[in-house]
Amino acid sequence: MPRAKILAEADRLMTVCNSCRYCEGLCAVFPAMEMRRAFSDGDLNYLANLCHACGACYADCQFSPPHEFNVNVPRTLAIARNNSWRAYAWPQAFAGLFARNGVAISIIAALSVAIFIFGFAALTDHEVLVGVHTGPGAFYALMPHNAMAALFGAAFLYAILACVMGMRAFWRDIGAPAGMTTDTASLWQAAKDACTLRYLDGGGVGCFNEDDQPTDRRRIDHHFTFYGFLLCFAATSVATLYHYLLAREAPYPWWDLPVVLGTLGGIALVIGPIGLLLAKSQRDPVLVDSARSGMDVAFILMLLLTSVTGLALLLLRDTAVMGPLLALHLGVVFALFITLPYGKFVHGLYRFVALVRYALERRAMAPGAATE
Amino acid sequence: MLDLSRKFDVLVIGGGNAALCAAISAKRLGADVLVLEGAPKFYRGGNTRHTRNMRCAHDAATEILTGPYTEDEFFEDLLRVTEGNTDQELARLMIRESKDILTWIVEQGVRWQPSLGGTLSLGRTNSFFLGGGRAMLNALYRTAEALGVEILYDAEVVDLDIKDGMFLSATFKQDHGRASAKAATLVAAAGGFEANIEWLKESWGEAADNFLIRGTPYNRGSVLKMLLGKGVQEIGDPTQCHAVAIDARAPKFDGGIITRHDSVVFGIVVNKNAERFYDEGEDIWPKRYAIWGRLVAAQPGQIAYIIFDASVRNSFMPTLFPPIEGGTIGELAPKLELDPAALEKTIASFNAAVRPGTFDHTILDDCRTEGLTPPKSHWARKIETPPFLAYPVRPGITFTYLGTRVNKQARLLMTDGRPSVNMFAAGEIMAGNVLGKGYAAGMGMTIGSVFGRIAGREAARHATS
Repeated sequence: MPRAKILAEADRLMTVCNSCRYCEGLCAVFPAMEMRRAFSDGDLNYLANLCHACGACYADCQFSPPHEFNVNVPRTLAIARNNSWRAYAWPQAFAGLFARNGVAISIIAALSVAIFIFGFAALTDHEVLVGVHTGPGAFYALMPHNAMAALFGAAFLYAILACVMGMRAFWRDIGAPAGMTTDTASLWQAAKDACTLRYLDGGGVGCFNEDDQPTDRRRIDHHFTFYGFLLCFAATSVATLYHYLLAREAPYPWWDLPVVLGTLGGIALVIGPIGLLLAKSQRDPVLVDSARSGMDVAFILMLLLTSVTGLALLLLRDTAVMGPLLALHLGVVFALFITLPYGKFVHGLYRFVALVRYALERRAMAPGAATE
Repeated sequence: MLDLSRKFDVLVIGGGNAALCAAISAKRLGADVLVLEGAPKFYRGGNTRHTRNMRCAHDAATEILTGPYTEDEFFEDLLRVTEGNTDQELARLMIRESKDILTWIVEQGVRWQPSLGGTLSLGRTNSFFLGGGRAMLNALYRTAEALGVEILYDAEVVDLDIKDGMFLSATFKQDHGRASAKAATLVAAAGGFEANIEWLKESWGEAADNFLIRGTPYNRGSVLKMLLGKGVQEIGDPTQCHAVAIDARAPKFDGGIITRHDSVVFGIVVNKNAERFYDEGEDIWPKRYAIWGRLVAAQPGQIAYIIFDASVRNSFMPTLFPPIEGGTIGELAPKLELDPAALEKTIASFNAAVRPGTFDHTILDDCRTEGLTPPKSHWARKIETPPFLAYPVRPGITFTYLGTRVNKQARLLMTDGRPSVNMFAAGEIMAGNVLGKGYAAGMGMTIGSVFGRIAGREAARHATS
């Protein structure tokens, strides 16, 4: 099979970069590159997913355009990365979602919201949908808790399954040794690198965004987004435990753990995505895979909608709009779940896997390893 | 729009390391500074774009340097590589000041990192720029801009108004016309003339047509020529320069670091007659790296071929251009346009002269030839494992040493021996004061930062006193 054009270009660039090596202190991509003299497709996909797209190597490169060597590592790896996610998607029939993702997300979200609203209306009477419900169990006047749990549990499990299948495909593609994923030191190193976004700092000065002035804004906004998402997830998990272990039903008072976690997470998940969307709209197009930025926007937008509808639900849960808002919120969350394996969300998974691989390689190369 | 009717305190011509260090150092002393860079913004900074480290003296290991490198050791290295062709007073001054540059340059936004992969031999003496020379340059520009230094690009200086050793104004290209800038002092930091092939031909003859220039086409030496034409004292030999053997397939200009070859010690080097012409194993590679440009320049057609075999193909840094391959010597030779019989003969006699030994490319090992002229004194191993491989190489000129004479204040000296009232120089334009010949890695940047900082300081003092 002929090699994809973008991988041929990535191969050309890595050959240029490997004979220069000026960027090796900027991130993990270049030290990983230096461990190789030739680059298979899997190697290039590994490097592409290891790249955090900070843009520093472009700003620092004496051979970036308009130089005739035309070295643009961030964009080339961005395109290769997006291609690779499409190749790893499970099941493959849904891989096309990657290409048309922005639209797909909107359609799925709209459909699922509609199904919820019509579902309620059909199952209950009209009063329930627009009526005022307060006190424990109020949410479940619209939809029984078990139905909600089953529906979302299934969607979530499906997302997990699809993501795991994708990660498995990636691990195989990059030629990683089987069974070494249990190396705890490497897993711990990768977790630290991922949680601090160690490689999204341009080697210390920050990311390059709209111009040649590096800032740490993107990393901070990503932290808001990621930890906001985790807090919201924690809120849902705690609430589920409350429900089944303590038999305490939502909604909970404002001071209770699920609400506190959810509120903090929700606020972070408003600040972060807005910052990321702003950064994305301002980013120098030369650094990105412009053809597929819709995919990124769609995911960030879904996160933002999740937090906005969730916070609105918290503020207005004692009023008559609670029903429609709950429907909307659940619809957004449902759509977010089932599109996770096919959108920008997977960047975190593949990058984490790449970081694990990198940590393994570093350990293998460490003291005693042969040097050139 | 920049107001050019006002008179600046300091006019800096050039846009590389030396120029920016001068501009920043002057600005920090309160001077009003204008920088005229002849190149467009992307190509700003001349050779600094392609650098990666700086040689600075230090008395103890640092976070990024593996051990001490004293002033005396630096001085001895300099004497050795230049064979004594240096102004010892200026050299001592530069080396002493280089210690402080290690921290001063960090205060200007430049970041260090340990020596790069494949450059372990420089880990003690040379500090590497995180992200390379362009990253270093970008940091200096950000600092200069933040301080309020005025910078114009595509502003090639075409004339200097100098009266009795005193600078008055500079005329430069701007948009489609010309403009003039007045200043109380001038810092000339516009580099050498390596990209000016016509000028190179004056001393090299037609051979210069076969030279490749490692940096941008903007290093034409026009400011140097103007200064020398207006009574500034010249220093240095016009044929002396930093020149290495680079891949003959490299572009004419700006191929930078990635076209170099580190494989000489692993094989033999032949000219277009398929004959060896120099001891490939004379000394540890980084010390001898910079002699091969001149050696190739002296060969017919200014071309040579590094010949090695499959057993060492992974022993050195990967190269931008792949080696040319042949299953036999007879198959390889025509691909290099060499006479197969001659190349076979050269390799056969080399192989026959190789004595047994224990190969170690990190030391002066005992693998050598016997009864061969020229000999290969170290790392000599038979070339016998197919496929046979070759890199064609040509002289790659980094920068020229002919320059303007300066004193310890980086002040230009006039032909009558008097110092100029208000003109200073820094960087490659005055490198010849310290580097009469030869080279040690990272010295160009030391010259630029140290004398740039001094020139900026002295110019600011003169202008604001």
